[in-house]
Amino acid sequence: MSALPGSAEGTAVTGLDSSPVDASPETLAELPPLTEQARAEAREIIARYPEPRSALLPMLHLVQSYQGYVSPDGVALCAEELGITKAEVGAVATFYTMYKRRPTGRHLVSVCTNTLCSVLGGRRIFDAVAADLGVHHDETAPDGSITLEHAECLAACDYAPVVTVDYEFYDQQDVGSARALVAALRRGEKPAPTRGAPLSDFRGISRQLAGFSQYGDAAATAAAVDTEGAIGPTLAGVRLAAERGESAPFLPAADRPPAGGAGEPRETVRPHGRSGDTPGKEAADARVRAADTPAEKAGAAGSHPDAPEPSRRSLADKDDGTDTPAGTGPGTSGQGPAASPPQQNRKG
Amino acid sequence: MPLTPVLTSRWDQPQSWRLSTYERLDGYAGLRKALSMTPDELVTVVKDSGLRGRGGAGFPTGLKWSFIPQPKPGETPTGPAAMPKYLVVNADEGEPGTCKDLPLMMADPHSLIEGVVIAAYAIRCHLAVIYVRGEAVHAHRRLVAAVQEAYDAGYLGRDVLGSGYGLELIVHAGAGAYICGEETALLDSLEGKRGQPRLKPPFPAVAGLYGAPTVINNVETLASVPFVVRGGADWFKELGPEKSPGPKIYSLSGRVVRPGQYEAPMGTTMRELLELAGGVRPGHELKFWTPGGSSTPYLTAEHLDVPLDFDSVAAAGSMLGTTALMVFDETDSIVEATLRFTEFYAHESCGKCTPCREGTYWLVQILERLVEGRGTAADLDLLTDTCDNILGRSFCALGDGATSCIASSLQYFRDDYVALLPPEEQGRLGRSLRLEPVGAAS
Repeated sequence: MSALPGSAEGTAVTGLDSSPVDASPETLAELPPLTEQARAEAREIIARYPEPRSALLPMLHLVQSYQGYVSPDGVALCAEELGITKAEVGAVATFYTMYKRRPTGRHLVSVCTNTLCSVLGGRRIFDAVAADLGVHHDETAPDGSITLEHAECLAACDYAPVVTVDYEFYDQQDVGSARALVAALRRGEKPAPTRGAPLSDFRGISRQLAGFSQYGDAAATAAAVDTEGAIGPTLAGVRLAAERGESAPFLPAADRPPAGGAGEPRETVRPHGRSGDTPGKEAADARVRAADTPAEKAGAAGSHPDAPEPSRRSLADKDDGTDTPAGTGPGTSGQGPAASPPQQNRKG
Repeated sequence: MPLTPVLTSRWDQPQSWRLSTYERLDGYAGLRKALSMTPDELVTVVKDSGLRGRGGAGFPTGLKWSFIPQPKPGETPTGPAAMPKYLVVNADEGEPGTCKDLPLMMADPHSLIEGVVIAAYAIRCHLAVIYVRGEAVHAHRRLVAAVQEAYDAGYLGRDVLGSGYGLELIVHAGAGAYICGEETALLDSLEGKRGQPRLKPPFPAVAGLYGAPTVINNVETLASVPFVVRGGADWFKELGPEKSPGPKIYSLSGRVVRPGQYEAPMGTTMRELLELAGGVRPGHELKFWTPGGSSTPYLTAEHLDVPLDFDSVAAAGSMLGTTALMVFDETDSIVEATLRFTEFYAHESCGKCTPCREGTYWLVQILERLVEGRGTAADLDLLTDTCDNILGRSFCALGDGATSCIASSLQYFRDDYVALLPPEEQGRLGRSLRLEPVGAAS
């Protein structure tokens, strides 16, 4: 029924869709194991958060970095480590598009077919690539090289139409360039993304999303961060402003000297790793300590708020009333569903 | 209206994402100044600046911060005031058309981090989380590296710049669900659950992450904060109208000559922005556009001179949203565009509320048969009826947003729908139109 050619019905991930992950004997026989290292890394993720369950999304990315999809073993591992049921893990895993229920090919090719990309050729790109691969949406080519999907808006409309491989951008594509890209991927090549780091593969990028470096050493990590790209549309306005000599009203660097204590940046001991490459266990402890350190109380020359800071929330307080006036609340923020549209089409 | 790069001012520098570049260009000057102020002074400055949330709703940022319950001097705090506070950054950019926060995080991640530290200090919080859209691996990568640099340089950690104030910052990747851009769904997702919206109240300011007081701000909002602090409220208000001041990143895409990010004062018009972007592609003319993403009602060539600020766009019958200006010309079918947006909402509906879950499904069915030339005269009213049964009837605004493109396309381009009907159905429509005034005596 979907308007997209080849879209299997039931691919929408909603509360109605509870199909389980692939547990066929053939799949499981070929699956790389979830090692003890994976379990150790899962615990590292858990230690980053004040509440263990917050680790579930990164843990599922971690499972995919080992096995290429959310396997039955992966579900079990998350459930065990978090002390929740497998059904609870499954409910989460089936909610999010990025968690795959069948083994993914080496690369995940996503073609944006949302309105703007479609208007500029995204739909044609998807159809051409699907025909070349002989697959439909959310299917993997027989040689295991590529899983194809049509994607919803990838937040790169100024670069439309876009294709991503393992979520790295290949901007301003057309049917020819996208077909060439896919052909190269099938030959085992890794064409450079137009923006983003050198291509790795689906499992590599899943590792990054779990909060670990997918690279062997710091130099490689830095190189990935510093890869330049063709970012013309990003810079369109700022370059035009320079051309025209236009600028914002003058902004002083800082018109007030820092207070005593807030001096030059200095080397401090980093409490814990944010890139995930250091043990995270320390993090929870550091956070607990952070609120009550003598430094904090003595610090900032009295300008610092000494709010008592319990280390854990109390569920009992969850239903306390609000002092936010109903109807004028902060509403929503971010790029998700925003405020209600004007109710102009409402019938009297 | 001139271009006024503020948030985008560093983007064209070599390795603009690195701390060394950021510091060379006055980076973290806002934080130093902020740490010399009290949290209450900071909230006041941001309130006075008139900064309104850049994530779509336009809620005043300083006011949002002031809703966080704080202990009163001399009293033992109880309830929410006694709990930890959290700052959560909504970096889950995914509304069709919206493409400003990802480039910002790629080009200048430290401006976001600086804004986070200032905001966290202002609301007296010691743990902040940036919830980045999972697919945005490039932005995530630069952000993780920048956070590491900020820790190493003492801008984050147990003792920020020797002030005694401590802040931990976690970069958390989502997993592909548009609904998680809705702030309460984002909180559930961050708690390791399905990203489904919560009923409000209680608002996150009282019961947010882990049931504790939480501020959720958009990326562009927080990246504006260091400039507000550095320049002061009056500086910020030099740009844009009094009630929606400041610079704004406008994202132009679609049928324009030079799509991209253009930072100009709030209240810049589409006519001015189109000129900056080189106009509609040669030989074609503008047909319809969105002021702020797919959830904001379409506007047309009649609206080119509407100042693009929160209040003016609302007065024109749409919403400023995320200033995601998708431009379509006369070769683009508005009904097909609307179908495609509606498919998006059907896919992204989280399934929690029946009107949205079922309604978006049925809207797709109706639009599909219209596009395929199988529609009936009654379908046009059926679309409106279905929208009426979704709008305002779900927990969050996703369902409301799904009706925007349908209602506005029917309002401005009803003839385009009629043209898709089989001839005999068009005839029926004609009769019913003739009959309508007679029956409309009520």
